[in-house]
Amino acid sequence: MEQVFFFYFAVVIAATSVLVVALRNPIYSTLALLIMFFHVAGLYVTLHAEFLAAVQIIVYAGAILVLYLFVVMLLNLKQDVRYHRQWPMAAAVGVILVIEAVVLTAMKGWTTPAVAAGTETAIAGAGNTEAIGDVLYTTYLFPFEVASVILLVAMIGAIILAKKDIGEREA
Amino acid sequence: MTELSLRLAVSFVQILAEVSLVMLTVAIMTLAERKVLGWMQDRMGPMEVGPYGILQPLADGVKLFFKEDIVPAGANKAMFALAPMLTMVVSLIGFAVIPFGPDITLNIHGLTIKPFVIADINIGILYILAIASIGAYGIILGGWSSNSKYSLLGGLRSAAQVISYELNVGLAIVGVLLLSGSLSLVEITEAQSGGFWHWFIWGARPDGFFPIHTQIFAFVVFLISGVAETNRITFDLPEAESELVAGFFTEYSGMKFAFFVSAEYASMVLVSCVAASLFLGGWNAPYPGTIFEYIGLEQLAWIEHIVWFAGKVYFFLFVFIWLRATLPRLRYDQLMRFGWKVLLPIALANIIITAITVYLFPR
Repeated sequence: MEQVFFFYFAVVIAATSVLVVALRNPIYSTLALLIMFFHVAGLYVTLHAEFLAAVQIIVYAGAILVLYLFVVMLLNLKQDVRYHRQWPMAAAVGVILVIEAVVLTAMKGWTTPAVAAGTETAIAGAGNTEAIGDVLYTTYLFPFEVASVILLVAMIGAIILAKKDIGEREA
Repeated sequence: MTELSLRLAVSFVQILAEVSLVMLTVAIMTLAERKVLGWMQDRMGPMEVGPYGILQPLADGVKLFFKEDIVPAGANKAMFALAPMLTMVVSLIGFAVIPFGPDITLNIHGLTIKPFVIADINIGILYILAIASIGAYGIILGGWSSNSKYSLLGGLRSAAQVISYELNVGLAIVGVLLLSGSLSLVEITEAQSGGFWHWFIWGARPDGFFPIHTQIFAFVVFLISGVAETNRITFDLPEAESELVAGFFTEYSGMKFAFFVSAEYASMVLVSCVAASLFLGGWNAPYPGTIFEYIGLEQLAWIEHIVWFAGKVYFFLFVFIWLRATLPRLRYDQLMRFGWKVLLPIALANIIITAITVYLFPR
């Protein structure tokens, strides 16, 4: 049963990811991306990571993609603007990804997954959300704080870019 | 395999029951809105169909069903049809996690079911936030695919508005989550049992009366943002009829139009259910226990619980209509300023204060 769901989600994720870059209408691309986000969330649910699934939909599908759609609809891209020369870049990224896939497939079984003993029972006991909170604020406190600072910098940067004219007007 | 099919059957029955209940409430709301608006404006409201006009929703439904389905020239047909469906589905699936009765478990052939909640998942409230954030797509797509300037403007306004106010909804409920220590709506409601002073709007600790953890500010922020997220007056900028004809559904007719309208009412019901569960104790009566328990009929206590839940939900629905009769529409810049500069700081301050009080006086 779980395998059936996994393959369903995996196939849809792969197919919609291809559609995102292959479709000619940017609105359809955005919608394909939306379907992909939903299926990634479904994959999280099959892994018993319900919190991640919900956050995936709230953040990516609910906020970021709505902004994409917003911009795509406002810009109303023309045919010639959409297709500039991306071949060298695309080829480089593609080659790297293919190498990574081959290496990972070849390395399968070499290393054991580094999951600490008792993690799954702890999650089952305390609940998925509590487990994430616990780990995030103890073991991974430093990366968490670094991520917060990066986000703060991005926020301040956005404000400065948007409010560029204020300083000039006063000066 | 029989267990799986039994579970599926039970779930389908529950879904069917809940959807019919919600659609019934939507039908009642379409009538109640016009009646209450009429009374508030010293009119009678609809009086023609049936005694006292109570069959008006039926007549509306029949009328919309037989209307011609017009697709505007140059519209994107697939998206034009998809948008109302998406809106409708999104506003109905949120009800899956709403507990509208007490947390009883029944045992049928070794299968435990909770009769009054379809899915008691451990991320209940996050699920509702996720569903609510998807609601913007139907509106944006409907606005874009109509190939009309009014619709597009309505859709764009809606996107900006929903994103802005979604944030306030999310932050307003954090206080409640701090108090209950759970994301499941069933557990949140159970944490508020034992009298109205334990509801999170008042926020007394389980052993006292003093409102040390009061969430009334979060409640107000949640309610205002809920009105904004359902695109109701005073925040109905996406469908401001004096500027945009009817906003994102200007070009819609017949059943597609009916879908948009009933989805709006259904999301009002959903917001009311969530507000009742989070802040007003859900199915809990405002006094400890239930009257049925006192007179020795414990097995019928669920009726009283459901009546209290329905009463709270209908109170909120009345508030929605009341607001429409009372307040004018905000201007677009006022809407944005109010959301970001008034509600957001209040919600953030509420989180900080609640966190401090919960730390100093743990429940």
